[in-house]
Amino acid sequence: MNALLALEFPPVSHLLEWPDFALKGNEYFAFNKIALLSVLAAVFSIAVIWFGARKAQLVPTRGQTLAESVVEFVRENVVMQTMGAAGLGWMPFLTSVFLFIFFCNIFEIIPGIQMPVTARMAIPAALALLVWVLYNAVGIKKQGFFGYLKSSLLPPGVPKALLPLVMLIEFVSTFLIRPFSLAVRLFANMLAGHLLLVTFAVLTAAVWSATPLALIVPVTFATLVALTMFEVLVAVLQAFIFTILTAVYINLASHADH
Amino acid sequence: MIPLLAQIFAQAATEVGTQAGELVDGLSAIGAGIGYGAAAIGPGIGIGLVVGNAITAMARQPEAAGMVRTTMFLGIAFTEALALIGFVVFILINFA
Repeated sequence: MNALLALEFPPVSHLLEWPDFALKGNEYFAFNKIALLSVLAAVFSIAVIWFGARKAQLVPTRGQTLAESVVEFVRENVVMQTMGAAGLGWMPFLTSVFLFIFFCNIFEIIPGIQMPVTARMAIPAALALLVWVLYNAVGIKKQGFFGYLKSSLLPPGVPKALLPLVMLIEFVSTFLIRPFSLAVRLFANMLAGHLLLVTFAVLTAAVWSATPLALIVPVTFATLVALTMFEVLVAVLQAFIFTILTAVYINLASHADH
Repeated sequence: MIPLLAQIFAQAATEVGTQAGELVDGLSAIGAGIGYGAAAIGPGIGIGLVVGNAITAMARQPEAAGMVRTTMFLGIAFTEALALIGFVVFILINFA
């Protein structure tokens, strides 16, 4: 229970596998803290939009202002910058992705939770797989199967002799590296941030003693506070980067010329 | 070179009475550390170039700052991926 509320430092093996607290031992439906938090993140994302848009008025209430600022941020900084006005139809999907990843990330610094859901490979991998399926489906729908393969594997203006090599490189980078790096970027950023916070929290606790070492407590604690603020920035930035890369990939797949 | 080193380490380990497993653990921890350090060099230089040039562009054309910033984050995200893969390998070697 203490580990669940982030009151004690869990063993390092929990980095890869967190113990279940409900339906223990069940192979498919076992439930742990990470699963609970990911459900909460989905509920929060829905709630922000639901309560913001339920009674939309000309003069917005506080909830509506919050929801509108999120939507406007995604529209101005993600869609308009990468896809232009033609991509406004992707707004609902991109906003949902942004909000969900943001809530998954921000659990990292909420006292009593302090576990970013995206620091487990499962959620970033599932999201990256979704994006992979989506941009390939868009490409096949817009350009046809062979047209999509041709436009993604054959960059214009390549000498004939180099074509096999270029095609191989483009295939690996478009269909294998893209989803992999999309997932790993989110996962590794959040895991690294989480470990950084854990390191300084444990260090502060370790030097908190009646020895001369206690003199450096202010330094380590100030670093911990500063890093916590930095992690807020990272949480927003990683959600933003995942969303904008999704938009870029969908945009690349839907146009023949690039 | 490396087999020779391993042999020397193994001999030293038997002399001080440690187990072979501990030796492998220690060497893999060293390898993970060196690997992560090496993986961070290139992206460090790359991100420096990306951000430096983005700042130059913003200073020259402040009205294009929004577009440059978006593109800069994209460039950082692509560059940084390699360092993060190095970090994941570090975690995998040490804990998995």
